[in-house]
Amino acid sequence: MAIFVDETTKVVYQGLTGSQGRFYGLLNRDYGTQVVAGTNPKKAGTDVDGIPVYASVGEAVEATGATASCIFIPAPGVKDAVMEAAEGGVTFIVAITEGVPAHDEAWFFNKLKRDFPQVRLLGPNCPGIISPGKANIGITAGHIAKRPVEGRNNVGIVSRSGTLTYQALYELKLNDIGVTTCVGIGGDPVPGTSFIDCLEAFEADPVTDAVMMFGEIGGSAEEEAAAFIAEKMSKPVVSYIAGVTAPAGKKMGHAGAIVSGGKGTAAAKMDALQAAGVRVGRNPTEASQLMVDVVNELAG
Amino acid sequence: MDLYEYQGKQFFASYDIPVSPGEAVTTVDDAVAAAERIGYPVVVKAQVQVGGRGKAGGIKLAASADEVRTHAGNILGMDIKGHTVETVWIELASDIAEEYYASFTLDRSAKKHLGMLSAQGGVEIEAVAETDPDAIAKIWIDPVDGLTEDMARKWVQDAKLNPDATDGAVDILVKLYRAYTEGDADLTEINPLILKPTGEVHALDAKVTLDGNSVFRHPDYEQYEATQVRDEREQAAHDKGLQYVGLEGSVGVIANGAGLAMSTVDIVNQVGGKPANFLDIGGGANADVMAGALEVISNDPEVKSIFINIFGGITKGDEVANGIITAMGRVQIDVPIVIRLDGTNADEGRALLQPHLSDKLQMASTMVEAAETAVALATA
Repeated sequence: MAIFVDETTKVVYQGLTGSQGRFYGLLNRDYGTQVVAGTNPKKAGTDVDGIPVYASVGEAVEATGATASCIFIPAPGVKDAVMEAAEGGVTFIVAITEGVPAHDEAWFFNKLKRDFPQVRLLGPNCPGIISPGKANIGITAGHIAKRPVEGRNNVGIVSRSGTLTYQALYELKLNDIGVTTCVGIGGDPVPGTSFIDCLEAFEADPVTDAVMMFGEIGGSAEEEAAAFIAEKMSKPVVSYIAGVTAPAGKKMGHAGAIVSGGKGTAAAKMDALQAAGVRVGRNPTEASQLMVDVVNELAG
Repeated sequence: MDLYEYQGKQFFASYDIPVSPGEAVTTVDDAVAAAERIGYPVVVKAQVQVGGRGKAGGIKLAASADEVRTHAGNILGMDIKGHTVETVWIELASDIAEEYYASFTLDRSAKKHLGMLSAQGGVEIEAVAETDPDAIAKIWIDPVDGLTEDMARKWVQDAKLNPDATDGAVDILVKLYRAYTEGDADLTEINPLILKPTGEVHALDAKVTLDGNSVFRHPDYEQYEATQVRDEREQAAHDKGLQYVGLEGSVGVIANGAGLAMSTVDIVNQVGGKPANFLDIGGGANADVMAGALEVISNDPEVKSIFINIFGGITKGDEVANGIITAMGRVQIDVPIVIRLDGTNADEGRALLQPHLSDKLQMASTMVEAAETAVALATA
């Protein structure tokens, strides 16, 4: 098993005919993901390397039974693309696009919650999701992820940062630890899927034995995750928080990565996580070593 | 994008929020001419993007042309917490009966818009939140519903503003919310929002932060881009489209991805060094981007070594290595470079770099080892 996506997930790519959409759509298909359709109202009826293109997500769902969508539409069109996907009938939407205005994100987050409560949005501004060996939706390089191994302890990953997600996958692979699902929730102020959503899903997933959580400065998502871990998680969690030395008031690349009004510091997040029983590494490598310890302890 | 007060007031005025008539000027003569047009008394206000300018002597009342000349002369060029005053805002002075506080921002935790209103304005709202949190009336607004006049009226009553201010405050709050949402602002704040003895309500200050991601639907925001406060290094990086934040140390940092760049800065600190910057070159890491990054960093005189930290995902290690080699041929670099290259095709990439290695270009196999080497070189 895995969380959110697996080998049965059928994905429609919104923006498949664009250069990014085509590049990653085909890479994802090569990985084994069921890439069943693309959309582009002006190119309906054509195909991208054999993948049929439809005018809308609704038509793609009707024709192919797609259950998820992956958005590679430029930022100005993301708000409409998210709503088109939800109205079209998919239940999982991955928005890769960066640079989406915060007001659009706040709007469609609340709109989905109200009118499409069955729909899960991941992103925007995220690397996507990979359930190694089953499905890869987004821009993660599939071969840096080790498949979960039956009879051994496997790890779930959730991260706000793309490259740190890759770093985590890679370090676990070097240490011969399998990954059930790796979710990049993205670095924007209003992520569709939160740390807690992922922690909850990993806790319920029978093949995930421990969770690696990579956070960063800004907001209070890590503190909220810590409270959830303390109350609801039985599985061990290892964490790393980037941005210990970030100066207040300066955005560190991600729209959400800013320390403002003395809030959102890495130190506060690390303290909260440690108080919740989470083992916190000072850098990605140290966190991976802590995970190696956890996996060894679980194996007895 | 942070706006200066005068830009914020012009922004407010475009949403019909009442502000004092005023003009932004950069010379003493223009200040006097502006005051003559506006009429006395006027307030001469330093335009800096930092708090505490009143205490620093950056806000002065002037009743005559001579006083404007004196105050504008003192304030222009003044240093306020490291910010040099280049512009002053001359506006008609207002009589104040009461001072309030009003703002809208995004509550990332609730994922809704948060409005804050207080009868205790004119002081730092953080201080009010500390000492008397009940004095701030908060309202959470679902972005799908927006703020109605009825909601605003109840909110004003909850904040216990003077009843004389109710109608004026409701009107301004509804307009301020419109400015916040339609204007794609991260923050719209009025402190103080004043009640005049004549009963009118009026924005006496303006603090506005706009979402840089929204420029595609607000082409006029380009003007604010031009007045952003950046140090020389940040400006140079910005011109090359690089995500750069200047820091105070001696180890230049280049990484691909915001999280990895933050992490790199952290590790340099952990091993006892001081990073000179945060620089995210994004996913591509081709020769052009790498050359631009090296140029920006090597122009920083404080930089004594450079740490390039690349994790190859979709972008392969060999492509990154070729990018680095080409870039180094284009940019004159006098300080040593330490490279850590990992991920996809890292072995191929390292093999390509191998023949170029020297005292000036070193390679390390892990982030920590690379950081230690770079720090040792910077302090040698």
